[in-house]
Amino acid sequence: MTRIDAKFAALRAENRKAFVAYVMAGDPDYATSLEIVRGLPGAGVDIIELGMPFTDPMADGPTIQLAGQRALEGGQTLQKTLDMARAFREGDDTTPIVMMGYYNPIYNRGVERFLKDAQEAGIDGLIVVDLPPEEDEELCIPAQAAGLNFIRLATPTTDDKRLPKVLQNTSGFVYYVSITGITGAAAAEAADVGPEVARIKAQTALPVIVGFGIRTPETAQAIAGVADGAVVGSAIVKLVEDRRPVPEILSYVAGLAAGAHRA
Amino acid sequence: MADDLINSFMTGPDEKGRFGIFGGRFVSETLMPLILELEAQYEHAKTDQSFWDEMEFLWKHYVGRPSPLYFAERLTERLGGAKVYMKRDELNHTGAHKINNVLGQIILARRMGKTRIIAETGAGQHGVATATVCAKFGLKCVVYMGATDVERQKPNVFRMRLLGAEVVPVTSGRGTLKDAMNDALRDWVTNVRDTFYCIGTVAGPHPYPAMVRDFQSIIGKEAKAQMLEAEGRLPDMLVAAIGGGSNAMGLFYPFLDDKEVRIVGVEAGGHGVDDRMEHCASLTGGRPGVLHGNRTYLLQDDDGQILEGHSISAGLDYPGIGPEHAWLHETGRAEYVAITDSEALAAFQLCCETEGIIPALEPSHALAHVAKIAPDLPKDHIICMNMCGRGDKDIFTVARHLGHDMGGL
Repeated sequence: MTRIDAKFAALRAENRKAFVAYVMAGDPDYATSLEIVRGLPGAGVDIIELGMPFTDPMADGPTIQLAGQRALEGGQTLQKTLDMARAFREGDDTTPIVMMGYYNPIYNRGVERFLKDAQEAGIDGLIVVDLPPEEDEELCIPAQAAGLNFIRLATPTTDDKRLPKVLQNTSGFVYYVSITGITGAAAAEAADVGPEVARIKAQTALPVIVGFGIRTPETAQAIAGVADGAVVGSAIVKLVEDRRPVPEILSYVAGLAAGAHRA
Repeated sequence: MADDLINSFMTGPDEKGRFGIFGGRFVSETLMPLILELEAQYEHAKTDQSFWDEMEFLWKHYVGRPSPLYFAERLTERLGGAKVYMKRDELNHTGAHKINNVLGQIILARRMGKTRIIAETGAGQHGVATATVCAKFGLKCVVYMGATDVERQKPNVFRMRLLGAEVVPVTSGRGTLKDAMNDALRDWVTNVRDTFYCIGTVAGPHPYPAMVRDFQSIIGKEAKAQMLEAEGRLPDMLVAAIGGGSNAMGLFYPFLDDKEVRIVGVEAGGHGVDDRMEHCASLTGGRPGVLHGNRTYLLQDDDGQILEGHSISAGLDYPGIGPEHAWLHETGRAEYVAITDSEALAAFQLCCETEGIIPALEPSHALAHVAKIAPDLPKDHIICMNMCGRGDKDIFTVARHLGHDMGGL
């Protein structure tokens, strides 16, 4: 049982929805980024998605693209992202961390070495955008064998015929991308998302978390209300881009978390 | 040698879209169903005679195929060694080999009921070819082009706009071909229902590398028949320039199992293939990685971040290479060399002077390699190089490098 499984078990026992926050590791610099990450559990975040910067984030909108560029310009590397997770773990042994990004930096490091390092750093799960089920042998299967969750995205284009293939080697939770598009695009309506979540839940016992386009506590509440939780990324990263002070960023996150938890 | 163990080099890719370890389908879930549908539709079209009838009709009447196989007599004399033949794909409508592939993909898009075509372009040749065929069929066309390339390839930008295409300058990343491809993929992720992504080279997720190769193979098929007619035998060597590698794959593919034919791909060596990484020679100076839907050789740093590279030729300015080339490199079936900017420029001039042909900077790289090796080869040695594009688009760049003032032009 990973920290992710434990977290969902606890949330279920309290009858609460999950709030998941995404931040880009190393944005705008290592120290500020670590300070934000350390503040997330206190702001009500149940699961942290830690972005691994990549030069070519082909599924991300401008906000996350720029965050990755800032991080890389600030000298962020995969090693530093692992270091950041380890530093966070020294003060928090329960909040799950999911590393999210693209395959090349992992492949470049070597899958076996990466998985060992990730585990030692206290990482609980992985979301790798450019690894569909067709490429499961690359990282998904070795990651599960190493005890890490491999969380998959399901999208509006994932029809009922394909869904079992997407769910087959997924663990931890399912991340439902509520629109066809890139991160930071317009939000979906809860009324449209509800039936989609139900469609997925009919085929899996895993929690289904919904993301893409959530910016306000109200939307977080509405979306979490029709799923097992909500994810916010671009809206938080935008505040980092605008160089807002860390307490202000965390207070915005707390508002979103409260919204999701009201659901 | 590794290739002794392989019966045929023409059976790839496998059902996972792999050529050895290269290729594959490294895309987000949103795109996966689209790529599977495209694969199914292409597999069906491939065996449908009416699909190829339509292609052949348009290749002949719209593109102007077959392109000639031309014996470059004065160049051969000047070099004083091997006989040099040029496959004249620069004579195609729109001035390059790109249209061979675009026609295939657009006919497929029409069969699939897609109404909006998107493409990425570097130098603008693939963008112009796509805009051209879209105009012919009345399809909406959106071309993503790096902002840097929009600036240095203005005539092609205007050409695309004349043809009714929307040209979107890409400012993400550093504004070159790789970033244009990222934004085209982002568009596709967003507009999945009506949009067909027309990729311009033998890269991207399966089935693109195989499909683009199949469409471009007309080059090699014609060259083979024409060479048999002209010389009564196959050439000793094929030479072609490589950015993503579509013109090279098109020439090479029909010859892969003719083991007596040496196959040489020429990468862009920029300022020289060394630690400065100011080149685009992915095979000579890169290592395997995953980008734009496939595993292949890439220019990357120690952290697996993609590098931009440099070439005088915007069409070769790409940090990757088609996965089939990566495989041919590793199996040893094809060899890959690099030519620098200045060597390509010298070959550009040589071709103008000796043959009255203004070549594009891309095939000038292939020609530079020919000029390097031909003098030391026997006179009965036959080289076939792919003259894959004409140089009209490049005269401003060449003028600048040669120190010519083009004034208000």
